[in-house]
Amino acid sequence: MPATNTIRIIGHRAINAVWRIGLASRFFFLTLLYSGSSFRRFRLIIRELFSTGVLSLIIIIVAGLFVGMVLGLQGYETLKRYGSESALGSMVALSLVRELGPVVAALLFASRAGSAMTAEIGLMKATEQISAMEMMAVNPIARIVAPRFWAGVISMPLLAAMFSAAGIFGGYFVGVVQIGVDEGSFWSQMQAAVDFREDILNGVIKSFAFGTVVTVIALFEGYDAPPTAEGVSGATTRTVVTSSLAILMLDFVLTAIMFRGN
Amino acid sequence: MERTTLDLWVGIFVVAGIAALVMLAMKVGNLGTYNMSETYQVNAYFTNIGGLKPKASIKSAGVLVGRVTGITLDTERYEAKVEMSLDRRYLFPRDTFANILTSGLLGEQYIGLMPGGDSEMLKDGEVIKKTQSAAVLEELIGKFIYNKAEEPAK
Repeated sequence: MPATNTIRIIGHRAINAVWRIGLASRFFFLTLLYSGSSFRRFRLIIRELFSTGVLSLIIIIVAGLFVGMVLGLQGYETLKRYGSESALGSMVALSLVRELGPVVAALLFASRAGSAMTAEIGLMKATEQISAMEMMAVNPIARIVAPRFWAGVISMPLLAAMFSAAGIFGGYFVGVVQIGVDEGSFWSQMQAAVDFREDILNGVIKSFAFGTVVTVIALFEGYDAPPTAEGVSGATTRTVVTSSLAILMLDFVLTAIMFRGN
Repeated sequence: MERTTLDLWVGIFVVAGIAALVMLAMKVGNLGTYNMSETYQVNAYFTNIGGLKPKASIKSAGVLVGRVTGITLDTERYEAKVEMSLDRRYLFPRDTFANILTSGLLGEQYIGLMPGGDSEMLKDGEVIKKTQSAAVLEELIGKFIYNKAEEPAK
């Protein structure tokens, strides 16, 4: 009976998905539960901040610069039709601070730092370092997972802010320096349009949420990976795919909550 | 990696991130541009506010002196009641004229204050009596057509 079989497969997949969501949320709560000790040993978080934050700096800043430059060019071409090139600054700043900064930075973060986290923890598991820790009565979640989680959550808003700042300079470079939009109106229209609480703070909240989601997915995939070479590579792929989708969906939900009714 | 270099890099990262946030807040957002320390509240009634929004700026001679804090419809007079908070440093005569103006052709609308000659100043909670509503495009066009029709045919 092929029809019942297909339905059975769908059911199996659904149960698996729910099962994994449950596992992931249990893992998330365990991470929060055991993160107290990692704050007492802050050095662990600092080391992870280096590998998630500092090493992502270059890609974030370069990407931000280029995204801002493209925004400047495209925005100018469109705004020119309505004779309002002076609104270029507010357009670039609003689209970066509200959307592109948090989202693109989180996507880059997921592929740059998230995949590395998954691969690292997956390999630790494959080489039985995690079991060794458990044998020595060291809690692997407190020792390995929690510092990485907090490093991700801390570095994501900072990276998003740097992305937005770099993007605004990119837009400034193309719009003002190259095309010749008036510098005064570029900045003043930007300042008139961008509100601190409404736009910037909401962007920061967004990037916090994305940082949490990306790191939890990356850490869980690594911790849950089958301890083989194939399993680790599959988990790394899943990290990038799942967290990218999660970022985009969460972004829609957060935008709908934050910016509706204005 | 050595501890001190690692600390240095993480320090640079955190400082750069916070600097980017502060730059966004100060240079891009309007946090650093205008800080009203102490304000007083003044109301004004308009028959039509056009596209005026809360937090729109209030200017006098082009200088920002306050912000619109609230817009409601007064059902006794069926006019828009605009609450404005003005900076304490700037006092205006009681016969000040409040205009709804537009910055640029398609820009944002703001309230322009034209001081009158009264020797008494507006106090907290008082009402500006002389107001002029926003210029609505349809009305302008209507007036224009009406005037054209009145002209004798050549």
